[in-house]
Amino acid sequence: MTEQLKEGNGGHTHQKEHKQKLKNWKEIPIGGKILEAGNSKEYKTGDWRTFRPIHIPEKCTNCMICWMICPDSCVNVGGVDDPNKGKKGVSDKPNLGNFGGFDLDYCKGCGICAEECPFKAIEMKEEKEFKD
Amino acid sequence: MTGAECTAEAMKQINPDVVAAYPITPQTNIMHSFSQFVADGIVDTDLVTVESEHSAMSACVGASASGARAMTATSANGLALMWEIVYIAASTRLPIVMNVVNRALSAPINIHCDHSDSMGCRDTGWIQIYSENGEEAYENTIMGVRIGEHKDVLLPVMVCQDGFITSHSVETVELLNDEIVKSFVGEHTGHYPLLDVDKPVTYGPLDLFDYYFEHKRQQVLAMENAKRVIREIFDEFGQITGKHYDFFEGYKLEDAEKVIVCANSSAGTIRVVVDELREKGEKVGLLKMRVFRPWLNDMIVEKLGKIKAVAVLDRSDSFGAFGGPLFSEIRSSFHEVKEKPNIIDYIYGLGGRELDIIQIKKVFNELEQVKNGNVGDRVRYLGVRE
Amino acid sequence: MSKEIFEIRFHGRGGQGAKTAAALLAEAAIEQGKYVQSFPEYGAERQGAPVKAFTRISEKPIYLHSGVTNPNVVVVVDQTLLKSIPVTEGLDETGLLIVNTNDTAESVKNMVGFNGKIIIIDATKIALEELGRAITNTAMLGAVEKATNIVDFEALKSHMLKHFEYHLGKDLAEKNVNAFERAYNEVKV
Repeated sequence: MTEQLKEGNGGHTHQKEHKQKLKNWKEIPIGGKILEAGNSKEYKTGDWRTFRPIHIPEKCTNCMICWMICPDSCVNVGGVDDPNKGKKGVSDKPNLGNFGGFDLDYCKGCGICAEECPFKAIEMKEEKEFKD
Repeated sequence: MTGAECTAEAMKQINPDVVAAYPITPQTNIMHSFSQFVADGIVDTDLVTVESEHSAMSACVGASASGARAMTATSANGLALMWEIVYIAASTRLPIVMNVVNRALSAPINIHCDHSDSMGCRDTGWIQIYSENGEEAYENTIMGVRIGEHKDVLLPVMVCQDGFITSHSVETVELLNDEIVKSFVGEHTGHYPLLDVDKPVTYGPLDLFDYYFEHKRQQVLAMENAKRVIREIFDEFGQITGKHYDFFEGYKLEDAEKVIVCANSSAGTIRVVVDELREKGEKVGLLKMRVFRPWLNDMIVEKLGKIKAVAVLDRSDSFGAFGGPLFSEIRSSFHEVKEKPNIIDYIYGLGGRELDIIQIKKVFNELEQVKNGNVGDRVRYLGVRE
Repeated sequence: MSKEIFEIRFHGRGGQGAKTAAALLAEAAIEQGKYVQSFPEYGAERQGAPVKAFTRISEKPIYLHSGVTNPNVVVVVDQTLLKSIPVTEGLDETGLLIVNTNDTAESVKNMVGFNGKIIIIDATKIALEELGRAITNTAMLGAVEKATNIVDFEALKSHMLKHFEYHLGKDLAEKNVNAFERAYNEVKV
């Protein structure tokens, strides 16, 4: 046997590649090494979700506790909704201190954000209610 | 120098980046000598004095993954405690070189030589090289670095020597000068080292039914490649030293009818008996095993195929198996070969039980019967009180 | 075959330096271009337990890795071993028995039943006077050297000095060499 191993990409693949084609033993790096940094980004865990968090802007104070406690870093920042919008000194432009939506590519629907929100500004709804 | 001092000398000349070790008899003398080199500033090695062998191997794995040349040494129970990480070192493809000073495993507790420790490691994915004496332990350690680090291999290497018999025995030893060793082992550059911040990589990820098997298959290829690489390194070393080593080394095999196969220090004592019996006209010979992993099937058939009677000397038992590990391996090598010797196994020397000339003569004597087709018990026990 | 190899067996107790004596002799012989082996045989190392140490010296490479069973010389570093250990095992009558004792050769002979040549030396007395401690290995080496002349006297002396200087410092090294020389001069062979 003289085959040389190719130093391919990772070998550890996300779900879409699973459905495509797994690489053979000659195509993957040796020793279980993963050669690209941060490739877990490709592994989208959003379809694990049975409950989806829904944001209620009227109740939200942008305290960002949800952002702090989300185990999957799925709370985005940079939103424009602000309960004090229109008051003096409050910008109506996107603000890093504001709630900016959920990252549904990765949110597993654990519901910790809804549980912890002091203002009940997040509700969990069954995923089957949604078409997208 | 003692075998332990020879090994420490090899490590000194190799000047590894990291050595992590924990004391255990009879290995301790290696680290005793080597830590003196560290304290005296003769080597640049970062010596990590860990709290257990499990940690010693873990530190070596970490160091090797980060691109360092890492070494350690242990014996028996220490090797057993490393076990989990011994597999990880091989599977992560880290060319760590570990000297194993062969010692019996407990219980009952015993500090003396047998091969149950390293033989128990035969499926871990490490290359295993055995040494007849201190000089060979020295040479095998130096060659081991090159073998393990070869880009087509990238496997850890275990260099074995007999506890006390070799490790604590002062013998006349021929060493190479520092410059020769330095240029022979060369500079080590890791394979995708963790400390290369420009090329960040991940080591040791979860690897389930999708890719684990593929990674194991790669280890098989690495061992296969090692067969070629070991030869190349032996040849290169031979050109420097004039000493030509091989996987199996025959002594007076050409016209031999009765042959003993063994590993490590026993080979020396058997060689003396072969000489003595040859003078009396007996056609006897010796086959010394140097490399156990990878196992060179074809070579064992080539070396022993024409012999009539072969006794394998196993310094460890495989309880419940049919004979010791060396015997099983040799016997299976001959399975599909038509012309083959009658092979019997002797389990001997457990817990440091001495192998003397009288016992070896007894083996050659009993091989006479085997040669004549009267095989009797295939697996026998040598030197135990019946 | 073994007679091409000169073999010595040391009997001592852990801490008396039998292993070191066996090694010093071998190492001095290496410096004279001889092939050697020297190895101890012990259980878990501990002070006071009976130990054996062996030296082999030869003009040719030594392949044997078994213990010394038929020595040319047996050296007993501690006389209390005469009662408990069969020190003359494998020593035939052409062999030599060197014993550290304040007793007579005749009484040693009666005790161990050995008919070959017996050399006695009160190494404990020499060690106590020269070193202040009953570590008798270097004094015993003096007797061994006188009786066998197996290595060059000056080579052994200078190797011993170098060895102990490294491990024990100059003062103790010189004292050990004094014990060695005194035993060499005092022993009757």
